[in-house]
Amino acid sequence: MKITPSQSYWKSNLRILMALLAVWFLASFGFGILWSDALDEIQIGGFKLGFWFAQQGSIYIFVLLIFIYIILMNRLDKKYQEEVSQDLDKK
Amino acid sequence: MSTQALTYLFVGLSFALYIGIAIWSRAKSTSDFYIAGKGVNPIANGMATAADWMSAASFISMAGLIAFMGKDGSVYLMGWTGGYVLLALLLAPYLRKFGQFTVPDFIGTRYYSKAARLVAVVCLIFVSFTYVAGQMRGVGIVFSRFLEVDINVGVIIGMAIVFFYAVLGGMKGITYTQVAQYCVLIFAYLVPAIFISILMTGNPVPQLGFGDTLVDSSTYLLDKLDQVTTELGFLAYTESSKSTIDIFCITAALMFGTAGLPHVIVRFFTVPTVQDARKSAGYALIFIALLYTTAPAVGAFARMNFIDSIQDTQYSSSPSWFKNWEGIGLIAWNDKNNDGIIHYSVGNTFEDNRPQFIDATGDHGQRLTSNTSDTSNQNEVYIDKDIMVLANPEIAKLPGWVIALVAAGGLAAALSTAAGLLLVISSSISHDLLKKTFKPNISEKQELFYARCAAAVAIVIAGLFGIFPPGFVAQVVAFAFGLAAATIFPALFLGIFSKSMNKEGAIAGMVTGLVFTSSYIIYYKFLNPAFDNASFWIGSISPEGIGFIGMLMNFFIAIIISRFYPKPPKVVSDMVTLIRQP
Repeated sequence: MKITPSQSYWKSNLRILMALLAVWFLASFGFGILWSDALDEIQIGGFKLGFWFAQQGSIYIFVLLIFIYIILMNRLDKKYQEEVSQDLDKK
Repeated sequence: MSTQALTYLFVGLSFALYIGIAIWSRAKSTSDFYIAGKGVNPIANGMATAADWMSAASFISMAGLIAFMGKDGSVYLMGWTGGYVLLALLLAPYLRKFGQFTVPDFIGTRYYSKAARLVAVVCLIFVSFTYVAGQMRGVGIVFSRFLEVDINVGVIIGMAIVFFYAVLGGMKGITYTQVAQYCVLIFAYLVPAIFISILMTGNPVPQLGFGDTLVDSSTYLLDKLDQVTTELGFLAYTESSKSTIDIFCITAALMFGTAGLPHVIVRFFTVPTVQDARKSAGYALIFIALLYTTAPAVGAFARMNFIDSIQDTQYSSSPSWFKNWEGIGLIAWNDKNNDGIIHYSVGNTFEDNRPQFIDATGDHGQRLTSNTSDTSNQNEVYIDKDIMVLANPEIAKLPGWVIALVAAGGLAAALSTAAGLLLVISSSISHDLLKKTFKPNISEKQELFYARCAAAVAIVIAGLFGIFPPGFVAQVVAFAFGLAAATIFPALFLGIFSKSMNKEGAIAGMVTGLVFTSSYIIYYKFLNPAFDNASFWIGSISPEGIGFIGMLMNFFIAIIISRFYPKPPKVVSDMVTLIRQP
């Protein structure tokens, strides 16, 4: 069976979600909690790195992630609209 | 002008603004009342979401908690912002596409079941009332400290304002007042933070300032703070005392709980399109991050200033803020060694740690208490952590108008969140209980009337919580997030991402999450508070973090049970296909 535009849209959507959530996990649970003490050995300016990720860095990364998501999804939406209209043209 | 006159002026002006907006944006239909007619600009919705989200707890209490918890305070910072990533990626766009009025609406329709809708309504009302109680206490504290009126009068004024714009304007009125309230609260939070950052480190950006060196010294602020806290017997400020697994679970419970909070989710129903729902989640997090990245800086500054300004000073010459807060009972000094000098260090001041003031003063003019002194340590200072943000400008000796601004900001934070919560309570009653379950024949006009009545009743109940504060507010906050994480989030997530999830699986999952999480919290917080410490917790997970385990159990049970029952009907799987398309 041929893959419909909405099936491929959903697949790409899931791929985007997985990649972004991996970064989300790494920035907060990874750097901010699990490996935070190890990162605290590194000091940048007045901040120990693990402490900085836990109280500052993870939040900046969260904001960034949502905006990357918005850009990727808008692009995907556009591609989907084009494919749907092509499909209709063929019929 | 005196600080108090300025406070009256600022608070009065901000209240006049909220009322003006309410009159301008009256609700005319149920759609206006529930979801602001789906016509809200994504940036405005981002601001409204931020104000809705940032409550008295975020504005007043959070930096104070961090000041005394140090690195352990990170759970709030990451938990209450990271949830927005989940919300933006996993829930908001799809729920907006679904396009109904309330969260139970989605659960009821997706699981083709009135029972599922009712379970969702019960969780929602419980979570929302828990939250409202905290807001009203915040309103009371600000009024009694800064305007020197009785706490009850303060709560009644707050209720009247919320009543006016929530009952009249519904979601539309609330949205536009929240935009104004966001501006007031963020300004009020940043101005003192910037001042204090300049005073202490010379760096005008608080986010950078707390990683900078102290003025006239080459020592970093955080290094100095580590040193001072260690000397007083505390754990170093930048080290954590909780176990890694507990921190992990608390952060996760707060994140998934945030993503499952109905009053936040419903904000994404108010924008015109799916693309706007994504965009407004992004803006909301920027606006929230502005406060949340400032809060840890405020916490560190406050701890430093607090220790500096009272440690080893004579009580008689202690700063006026110390006596002012003592006056309303949120600071107490217990002169253990009778030397008239304030000593602050690790340990409890009193054996049961909450001061019970008696009507008498000691040799130095301090208020006396009927508590038994805890003689196992030298600490003489009791301080309620909630006051740090409000006291911070005074501790740093900032001008009166900054203090007045903070009072107006604290009220904006408390009122905006209270209004948002009252709205989801009223809409779940008028829409989910009446229109969709018990009285399906009512007209739109009647439904709107019931929505207004429900909002009015909810405001009165919330006010009563403020006037007669239940002693368990702090404990039940863990409950609100734990339950949202263990019941609402999995039901929404599976409803969108699993086409084969049926009503049997979803209900079994929600009930498992609900029963497991509430039993654990009730056992440790209410039945056996003496056992509420790491050595008795199962797997060293605190009641604050147990919602995460409840959520995992919910997922597990829902998926297993759903295998034994028929797949959902075609209408439902078609609906899921539809909400997955842009």
